[in-house]
Amino acid sequence: MRSAGPGSPARPGSPEGPDSSEGSDASSGSTPSSGPTPPSGAMSIAAIAAAVRSGEASAAGIVEQYLGVIEAMDAGVGAFLEVAGEAAIAAARRVDALMASGEDPGPLAGVPLAVKDNMCTRGVATTCASRILAGWRPPYDATAVARLAAAGAVTVGKTNMDEFAMGSSTENSAVCVTHNPYDPSRVPGGSSGGSAAAVAAGMIPGALGSDTGGSIRQPAALCGVVGVKPTYGMVSRYGLVAFASSLDQIGPLTRSVEDAALLYSVIAGHDPADSTSIREEPEWTGRLAAPDILEKGVVGTVVGLLREITDGADPEVRSRVLEAAEGLSRLGATVEEVSIPELRFALPAYYLIAPAEASSNLARYDGMRYGLRLGDGSAESVMSTTRAAGFGAEVKRRIMLGTYALSAGYYDAYYGKAQRVRTVLVSAFDAAYRRFDVLLGAASPTVAFRIGEKVNDPLAMYMSDVCTIPTNLAGHPAMSVPFGTAPAPGGNGSATGPAMPVGVQVLAPRLGEPAMFSVAAALERIAPVTEPPVLDRQEL
Amino acid sequence: MTGERITIEQAAHVARLARLDVTGDELALYTMQLEAVLEYAGQVAAVDTSSVQPTAHATPAENVMRKDEPGECLERDDVLREAPESMDGMFLVPRILGEAP
Repeated sequence: MRSAGPGSPARPGSPEGPDSSEGSDASSGSTPSSGPTPPSGAMSIAAIAAAVRSGEASAAGIVEQYLGVIEAMDAGVGAFLEVAGEAAIAAARRVDALMASGEDPGPLAGVPLAVKDNMCTRGVATTCASRILAGWRPPYDATAVARLAAAGAVTVGKTNMDEFAMGSSTENSAVCVTHNPYDPSRVPGGSSGGSAAAVAAGMIPGALGSDTGGSIRQPAALCGVVGVKPTYGMVSRYGLVAFASSLDQIGPLTRSVEDAALLYSVIAGHDPADSTSIREEPEWTGRLAAPDILEKGVVGTVVGLLREITDGADPEVRSRVLEAAEGLSRLGATVEEVSIPELRFALPAYYLIAPAEASSNLARYDGMRYGLRLGDGSAESVMSTTRAAGFGAEVKRRIMLGTYALSAGYYDAYYGKAQRVRTVLVSAFDAAYRRFDVLLGAASPTVAFRIGEKVNDPLAMYMSDVCTIPTNLAGHPAMSVPFGTAPAPGGNGSATGPAMPVGVQVLAPRLGEPAMFSVAAALERIAPVTEPPVLDRQEL
Repeated sequence: MTGERITIEQAAHVARLARLDVTGDELALYTMQLEAVLEYAGQVAAVDTSSVQPTAHATPAENVMRKDEPGECLERDDVLREAPESMDGMFLVPRILGEAP
């Protein structure tokens, strides 16, 4: 157990040179010599599970290898809030014991994974990167976390995030800054920035995030990884610390579409502990990685190039989206432009609905049953003192915004109106999906921006989610797929910055995941080859 | 609705409702930012919603029932271990009765 961040002193035993971490892994003796030898960052979830299930590699060896990479790299990235190394090795040994007794440990056997710090992990601190929950050790596992474990996966640690998932850069973490592995002076996006950066840097083959307004897809785009926001209700929210309950959804961040499908297949499914979880599971539940989905191709697929999330993007980002659309067309898809003008009201509606739900959900942090308690005197004084000191600025802003929008005299004009606008948005999407199988656009209007650039301007930061928020309001699935790079703007607005990843977003109607994954897999096959991140294990 | 001014007093009232001990410069900053976000969010007023019902959940929602039978629950000691204060198997909280209004 440790806290880590940029500038953390090197810990005793840390590999010091470029080759030592690899060398120590290879000579540790815990990995069978016949095990896979490529850098762990390059291994897919599918390959790890296959190696462990065939006996080619041990789960403990794989997990130790990744723990070594995290140890070597994370001081420069700041992706992890806590690494539970001993518990992870113990869990990996249980997977190996199952193998030894002839039992199948499951489809994710021995796969190390990271989990955003707003999902409960029994006995392992779950803080939402907030002072108000510092050190809180949940007495239970979130359903998604438990499902991963039941499939043989090993959770090795908890990742940094914007406090209570409120933000688009992970700068609202009360603990540390997370750096984009492609350029450490830039943000990883947010709020699942720690998960995205950890996957991009090769510290972990996959991670869970949560997406309330784009918090999986936007950081996935900015870090050049795959990120999926499932249909609302497909993944249980039990044990996910609630932000805006009608919008929150857990999903995977991975290095490939196939790996995302594998993780999604494991975490999806009905859970009686979440009354919003879908009871009649669709036929494809648990089999999104099947060849008839991932290798289906796009011949005959009708794709709508959604102008509202394409035209307003930076020109170079827009170019990648247009290239992706052309590529799909060459593969046999029918691609047409489409406009849904109502979408411009999505962001305003979201910033009434999400804060309103948040102000209600976060009322539970009152210093009485868990977390921080400060001050003395009356209950009200203890609550007000605890909450003022325990929450960061963005959380307090949103609680106040939501409280205002829900208060007497303003409810109809703000919250009530926003809920009606939500109905208008859903109808507009429905009309578009009568013509199109999927929609295509940018996942973020820009590439990763500089750390500190938007931190003092809440509205500018909110605009980062303009491409992703409509999906959450509609409860639909959408995913970001890496598609080349675009030059980041230089210091004075000139296009002289480093090449940063671009994510193309595939949107689908409710329960339209099979078509979404078919298109995403096709995009992945035609995406431009890009250089690995600067903060790559080999460069340490 | 759009362009509505938010006074410091209104913001202080909202902070009190939300049980946030926010005062001084911090309150002044939030007041300004609250006004800016509300002005932006106020764009929703331009949408004609006269003929639509509000959407609380985007997915078909219906009441979920279960049998009223005891199931598994958390161990009391596991829960109380994370409490700021506890006594005799219970949460220990500040006095709430007999407070000045």
